[in-house]
Amino acid sequence: MSPVLEARNLALAFTAGGRTIQALDGVSFAIEPGRVTGLIGPDGAGKTTLMRLAAGLLVPNAGSIHVLDLDATLDSLAVQAALGYMPQRFGLYEDLTVQENLDLYADLQGVPRSQRAERYGELMHMTGLAPFTRRLAGRLSGGMKQKLGLACTLVRAPRLLLLDEPTVGVDPVSRRELWVIVDRLVQKEGMSVLLSTAYLDEAERCAAVVLLHEGRVLDQGPPTAMSARMVGRTWAVTRPGQRNRDMQAALDGQPGVVDALVQGEHVRLVIAADSDVAQVLSHAGLPQAQVRPLPPRFEDGFIDLLRRSVPAGSAGRNMDAAVGAGNAGDGPVIRVDGLRRRFGDFWAVDGVSFQVQRGEIFGLLGANGAGKSTTFRMLCGLLPASAGSLQVAGLDLRHAASTARGRIGYMSQKFSLYGNLSVAQNLVFFSSAYGLGRRAQQERLAWALAEFELTAQTDQLSADLSLGYKQRLAMACALMHRPEILFLDEPTSGVDPLARREFWQRINALARAGVTVLVTTHFMEEAEYCDRLAIMAAGRILATGEPGAIKLLARTAANPEPSMEDAFIHLVEGNANKEKAA
Amino acid sequence: MKRGGASMRLAGLVKKEFLQIVRDPSSIAIAFVMPIFLLILFGYGVSLDADHVPVALVAESHSADTADFFASLEASHYFAPIRMTSMAEADVALRQGRVNAIVHLRENFAERLRRPNGAPIQVIVNGVDANTARLAQGYVTGAWGAWLTRWAGQRGMDLITPVQLQQRVWFNSELRSRNYLVPGLVAIIMTLIGALLTALVMAREWERGTMEALLVTPATMNEILLGKLFAYFALGTGGMLLTVGLAVGLFDVPLRGSFWVLWVCASLFLLAALGMGLTISTLARNQFVAGQIAIIATFLPAFLLSGFIFDIDSMPPGVQVVTHVIVARYFVAIVQTLFLAGDVWSVVLPNALALVLMAAIFLGITWHKSRKRLD
Repeated sequence: MSPVLEARNLALAFTAGGRTIQALDGVSFAIEPGRVTGLIGPDGAGKTTLMRLAAGLLVPNAGSIHVLDLDATLDSLAVQAALGYMPQRFGLYEDLTVQENLDLYADLQGVPRSQRAERYGELMHMTGLAPFTRRLAGRLSGGMKQKLGLACTLVRAPRLLLLDEPTVGVDPVSRRELWVIVDRLVQKEGMSVLLSTAYLDEAERCAAVVLLHEGRVLDQGPPTAMSARMVGRTWAVTRPGQRNRDMQAALDGQPGVVDALVQGEHVRLVIAADSDVAQVLSHAGLPQAQVRPLPPRFEDGFIDLLRRSVPAGSAGRNMDAAVGAGNAGDGPVIRVDGLRRRFGDFWAVDGVSFQVQRGEIFGLLGANGAGKSTTFRMLCGLLPASAGSLQVAGLDLRHAASTARGRIGYMSQKFSLYGNLSVAQNLVFFSSAYGLGRRAQQERLAWALAEFELTAQTDQLSADLSLGYKQRLAMACALMHRPEILFLDEPTSGVDPLARREFWQRINALARAGVTVLVTTHFMEEAEYCDRLAIMAAGRILATGEPGAIKLLARTAANPEPSMEDAFIHLVEGNANKEKAA
Repeated sequence: MKRGGASMRLAGLVKKEFLQIVRDPSSIAIAFVMPIFLLILFGYGVSLDADHVPVALVAESHSADTADFFASLEASHYFAPIRMTSMAEADVALRQGRVNAIVHLRENFAERLRRPNGAPIQVIVNGVDANTARLAQGYVTGAWGAWLTRWAGQRGMDLITPVQLQQRVWFNSELRSRNYLVPGLVAIIMTLIGALLTALVMAREWERGTMEALLVTPATMNEILLGKLFAYFALGTGGMLLTVGLAVGLFDVPLRGSFWVLWVCASLFLLAALGMGLTISTLARNQFVAGQIAIIATFLPAFLLSGFIFDIDSMPPGVQVVTHVIVARYFVAIVQTLFLAGDVWSVVLPNALALVLMAAIFLGITWHKSRKRLD
């Protein structure tokens, strides 16, 4: 059979603000019919551009793209009539009801009225939206919006379905449900699906993947082939009496080490093809560590490919200098008890309690809307609590919010940088906002530029930085005043896996130096890097503990080694059942 | 599978637009609340006529003549006179803004009145608000003339005036500014709906990513644009009917021309306004920028440079040239003529022709610029 989509030497560049961005550069691949192909890569890899080219919404600078044997550029109307495309934000009209959205897309797709009742029935059954047909789309949860977007795309069954990051910002339960739907479409209706995602763990669910990085195809083929290359190179390293974080720091950047990650109770080590694990460990000063082989994952192959062009850096070597003077003494640094916050008649945070020790990395894991960011804003003294008590660095936030804020570094989800100031000007501004004197400012500026490897970008406008560099700068800004506590709100959303690793190296170094770190995330993966974490859903904490202990909660005979996602779904579903019973 | 065609797609798009208008508070605000607010403001609040102007009356010596003259001023509804005993007091009152003008009669007023070269009266006007100052000046002069004629007549004297003024006000005999402001509001309200609201809703489709979803359906760009035109044309027509209805029914503004001529011209203007709104949305794909451009490029010019409030002929020549590119200018001329003077074809036709041309230009730009592409 001929491929349903074929790209040949595609290239497209955009110019924005005097800068040219090569979104795609010589991209060639083909998609076989009747299966799910994953288009995988971090933000800015060119996934959305590729999707839009396939839908005939953009014109390439060079090369061609054929969809269902039609040229997507020259014959775009015919292509659009034949395929289904769900854009990143699902393309829903939020002030229309579920039914009205469906009707609109049925009209636009020319579905005859006589066939609608049957098709709607199928779609509502498949997505579980039947009870909500009269609800406004804007009032649906993220997961339900995603399913409605999919239903609208499917009102007339297309031969090829393009899904642009359908699982971004959606809770793990809805993510799983989406995959069930997609698999059924492929198996029952013989549909071909191209799905883009930044989550590397989703690659393993695809029949084939195209790995994009900075506008180029890094690799393509079945995901198993990519992990097969890594067989014999992935190891679990443990050493009783030594913290995983310290072992990871010892391994990072050593010859023969491709990747070293804290993974709950062990350090996951990936070594180069020609290396020997015992040799690598003794090189890193860990000859007594115990190792056992682990099955390779898709991400290992990706990191291995990326490491060929970008060698491991030395992030986090100078973090001792980040620590303030007040970091002595014991006892919890953050104490939260019965914290509640109401918006109107909705409890965004409903009785949250936890404690964080000095030098600990504490994670809040939850889907969008679980109450993580609201909890965070209260901890930073940006939002008053409706009830409960809050102590940060020994200070009651009700009475000494501004003193407490002086000891806190805060990095928000959107990085909050001034786009029209240069890197150095941002750093100077944030240090003066925290009251640093001129000499201290110069000293900290030199430290930040060196530690975060921003020297080459000193005079560049922060708006023109790539996402990974923006993230570095945002973190540097939060550390200018040597805070005792660092709050990180979804700090790694969308950055590529290498930037994410570098970021965590720095976090680990900070924690070793005595800084207390509180981090929110919806990446299950990242929860493993924390010392302890709390899983949040609907404003409440469902479980608190070390990552290994939390994962054990989901252990069953059928699933002896549950992942963090399994544990999360287990907890959330258990909670939902309890509420239904109550 | 047999597929529905263009008519099914268009019907779906138009239905969607109406549902969105009804559900969206900002559409309701711009399409219904703003027009009613403007109508009430201009119907009841804003008036360019000077009424009850506070005037200080100062007579250095009192006589029957001064008392008679002052009484005539007090009888007029144009003035709210305040008698004062000295110029110093009146001076302070003028500086403090308690009075807008001073009428000053000298000590020898009564005596000089009977002399051949006559008696001077001094009128001091606060020129800060130039418009009111000019009106106050004119009213005092008029009142003075009327009083003098009566005074002379009572004494059987001939007032030697070689020219007799026989004044007649045509079209707006009561000189109510409401009578020409309220009809002009049709142009303002239709600009709001046609240009501002349309630019905003198009930008919103880009911002929320729904435009991308529409573009990949079989709907053509022409159908998407027609859907918008249709819905906002209907909404703009509603705004026109509301304004005309309230103007005639509530504010007693006469409609002397044909309603159907008004309807046709309003439709032409609305097409031009929609064309401007859609042109803006091809330039600006976020609501903030689209709103800014629409206000600066369409709404403010319609307010200030169309002749709605400020007479174009009294603008500086340079500005007068600029007004020719303001679409509302042609429509305001038509509306004011149709309401107050009637079907004056020599005014209506050339202006209507200009509207046709403007509508064609703006809709043409939209058609030309809108492609089913994202770049």
